[in-house]
Amino acid sequence: MAQTVSKERKIIVTVIAWSIGIALFFPIFWTILTSFKTEAEAIASPPSLFFFDWTTENYAEVQSRSNYFGHFMNSVVISLGSTLLGLLIAIPAAWAMAFSPTPRTKDVLMWMLSTKMLPPVGVLVPMYLIFRSVGLLDTRIGLVLVLTLINLPIIVWMLYTYFKEIPGEILEASRMDGASLMKEIIYVLTPMAVPGIASTLLLNIILAWNEAFWTLNLTASKAAPLTAFIASYSSPEGLFYAKLSAASTMAIAPILILGWFSQKQLVRGLTFGAVK
Amino acid sequence: MATLHTRAAARLMMAPSVLLLLAWMIIPLSLTIYFSFLRYNLLMPGMEEWAGFTNYSFFLTDPAFFQALFNTLAIVVGVLCITVFGGIALALLLDQPMYGQGIVRILVIAPFLIMPTVAALVWKNMFMNPVNGLFAWVAKAVGLQPYDFLSNSPLLSIIVIVAWQWLPFATLILLTALQSLDEDQKEAAQMDGASAWSRFIYITLPHLSRAITVVILIQTIFLLSVFAEILVTTNGGPGTQSTNITYLVYAQALLQFDVGGASAGGIVAVILANIVAFFLIRMIGKNLEA
Amino acid sequence: MGSITLQNVAKHFGEHVVIPSLDLVINDGEFVVFVGPSGCGKSTLLRLIAGLEDVSGGQIIINGRDATDLPPAKRGLSMVFQSYALYPHMSVRSNIGFPLKMAGEDKAVIDKKVTDAASVLNLTDYLDRKPRQLSGGQRQRVAIGRAIVRQPDAFLFDEPLSNLDAALRVNMRLEISELHQKLKTTMVYVTHDQVEAMTMADKIVVLNKGRVEQVGSPLELYHHPDNMFVAGFIGSPRMNFATGDKAAAYNARTIGVRPEHLTLSTTDGAWRGTVGVAEHLGSDTFLHITVDGVGLVTARAGGDVPLRHGDTVFLTPEEGRVHRFNETGASIR
Repeated sequence: MAQTVSKERKIIVTVIAWSIGIALFFPIFWTILTSFKTEAEAIASPPSLFFFDWTTENYAEVQSRSNYFGHFMNSVVISLGSTLLGLLIAIPAAWAMAFSPTPRTKDVLMWMLSTKMLPPVGVLVPMYLIFRSVGLLDTRIGLVLVLTLINLPIIVWMLYTYFKEIPGEILEASRMDGASLMKEIIYVLTPMAVPGIASTLLLNIILAWNEAFWTLNLTASKAAPLTAFIASYSSPEGLFYAKLSAASTMAIAPILILGWFSQKQLVRGLTFGAVK
Repeated sequence: MATLHTRAAARLMMAPSVLLLLAWMIIPLSLTIYFSFLRYNLLMPGMEEWAGFTNYSFFLTDPAFFQALFNTLAIVVGVLCITVFGGIALALLLDQPMYGQGIVRILVIAPFLIMPTVAALVWKNMFMNPVNGLFAWVAKAVGLQPYDFLSNSPLLSIIVIVAWQWLPFATLILLTALQSLDEDQKEAAQMDGASAWSRFIYITLPHLSRAITVVILIQTIFLLSVFAEILVTTNGGPGTQSTNITYLVYAQALLQFDVGGASAGGIVAVILANIVAFFLIRMIGKNLEA
Repeated sequence: MGSITLQNVAKHFGEHVVIPSLDLVINDGEFVVFVGPSGCGKSTLLRLIAGLEDVSGGQIIINGRDATDLPPAKRGLSMVFQSYALYPHMSVRSNIGFPLKMAGEDKAVIDKKVTDAASVLNLTDYLDRKPRQLSGGQRQRVAIGRAIVRQPDAFLFDEPLSNLDAALRVNMRLEISELHQKLKTTMVYVTHDQVEAMTMADKIVVLNKGRVEQVGSPLELYHHPDNMFVAGFIGSPRMNFATGDKAAAYNARTIGVRPEHLTLSTTDGAWRGTVGVAEHLGSDTFLHITVDGVGLVTARAGGDVPLRHGDTVFLTPEEGRVHRFNETGASIR
């Protein structure tokens, strides 16, 4: 900073920024708070902020009435599975694009990005019918496959921008040193790209965890992840605020934590490396 | 750094990604096109017959379509306005020196990490509900009649919910871009006697243009297909007041089982998205080259 | 053994011709330097020898064996890159040992060879550090260590000193020369810096636009350049060129005189001029003199020349030190 900012100004900025931050965060805060109230207190008027009987019974109840854990595991399997599968397919592709570019590489990347623009409803009907006829409807495998395809362009793009930052000379050095292509990728590229691969992994887990079109339309109960489970609270159970809050808190907590750790990578991944 | 060996290997390694995405684009999409020309309802299996453009003419002349088209655009434009202008303002604010900047950042980014169904239900029940919602209580506390947001202004309510989720995204990206602005440049402008306002107009804003483009592109992709928020709050209602094209096609397909009609709607959605994408890709494509 | 022969080697990138067709023989044990301005194809040529690029035509023969289609690893060459290209995630020990590990050598053998190389290069104390904890010169030595452990038939250096500061560059230049004396292995060295070329090479290959302008020992090139390009490129400060009357007096289209071959006088001489900038280096003074009918001429004078800006001086080219060129730029001998 070139100029020293006056203390008054800094305090004013702090107050305004904190107010806005708290206002934006308030719905989440309120949800978490409500999850520790009894149903009666949750709709009490005036609402109580901290002075109520804290209870965890809602959490127990959500689990006992609806197999919350099953849905949680569905979310874990689907988001992790689709991300790992996506990485497996995308790492070689990103390697090729970053280190053996052709005049068409940019076009291929843009084309991949354009597949993201295909609105999901454009293919909803055939996907539903195909899944129904091959028995993939309401299965984890089915969702893993669809979410892999959906996020593949983002994974390739992200890895590509990370790989691009690795100097090609280092890979050439390994070739001079006698490494085969496999060894080059295993011993040299991958260890150097670990931070990039990790952030790609993180971002895609977040995206897959929160995906709410295909998870809602291609599952019913068995394979339903948390997005679909929470949607079942839309009526009339949603009027049980405390339980809705407990279920919601459990659904968002893991991603909130992951997301806070990966803010920077989030920006980069979601902008296809255009903003760093 | 390319020899025949590496080039051949490169092609081989790109093949899975390219082929999978190609299949993902072509197979379902051509099926959709095929279905859109059929009279095909899941409730009447075996009655499929060629229908020509009937599905399209039905879909395109349905008053619900125009309402949905309008709503789709309203959601995109409404949310974009709120998030881009709000995002710039917030990013500028967060770029100032303050106490606890890291914590404020964490608070601001949080809504983006919330799954859409949770966001929508929390807003619907705990805030916008006319009986037990927090807004109703606030209204009563200051002596006003509680307002039933989702019944009386469903579209606006949905725009607010979606904007709440996307404002952090815009802010975060614009803030990142802002922080990469060269301090020297701002100082040079200051030396040249530029006021704070002209520094913003001539230096900061041009620097942000690329990030703003990206925000608009990415958000448009997602906003054209807003679905979960509508499904769990209004179910597109009352009537079709908050139905967008995505929701309309979903209702046609999975509520009325009209495969032909829904497919025609899907194709219309694809064409619309392509029109939008055409302009966006040109914009962003240029920006991404650099 | 480490002889390299290039026959009609050509390289195109699409329409763009980098090397039209080139023949060159590098003998076993020679220190050969490729020198030329940027974009002359010298790095590309080195990469073709290394096998990091495919030739578009011609043959590369290493040790009498056709290596044109061999992958880099099978050519028996080691390379030191401009950026050093060290593996950032590996310790110095693993970096130096990497080629041996790839060759499937025994762990004990690797350890022994790495330790030996490290002691030759003064890296023993740094074996467990990561590259980012090293200075530029140390990184350079690690890169060289990685190249020598394999005992290759030849070393390839791609502008290895360009990322070092001036003082270090002089040191490393000496170290590499000493290494060559000790190992007696063929070295092929690419640089754009003619001082490096002059000081290190047994044989200099001057490249321009993908063509060999001249091959020869440093002093051959200095004293007997084949053409204006070589004459202008070798030697520092550059050779002065003159055309018109001054050249006609020597029966040539163009003549060239090196700054050190001009005799200075304040009273009389062949060329009359006005002193512009005088650069006093202590040992020498470089005078930039505007000569009528020639333009700006650089002349070297002793350290204590009392001339100043605006003084009139006379210059005379030394007898037998004037290079003559014809209309195509080739030397007239």
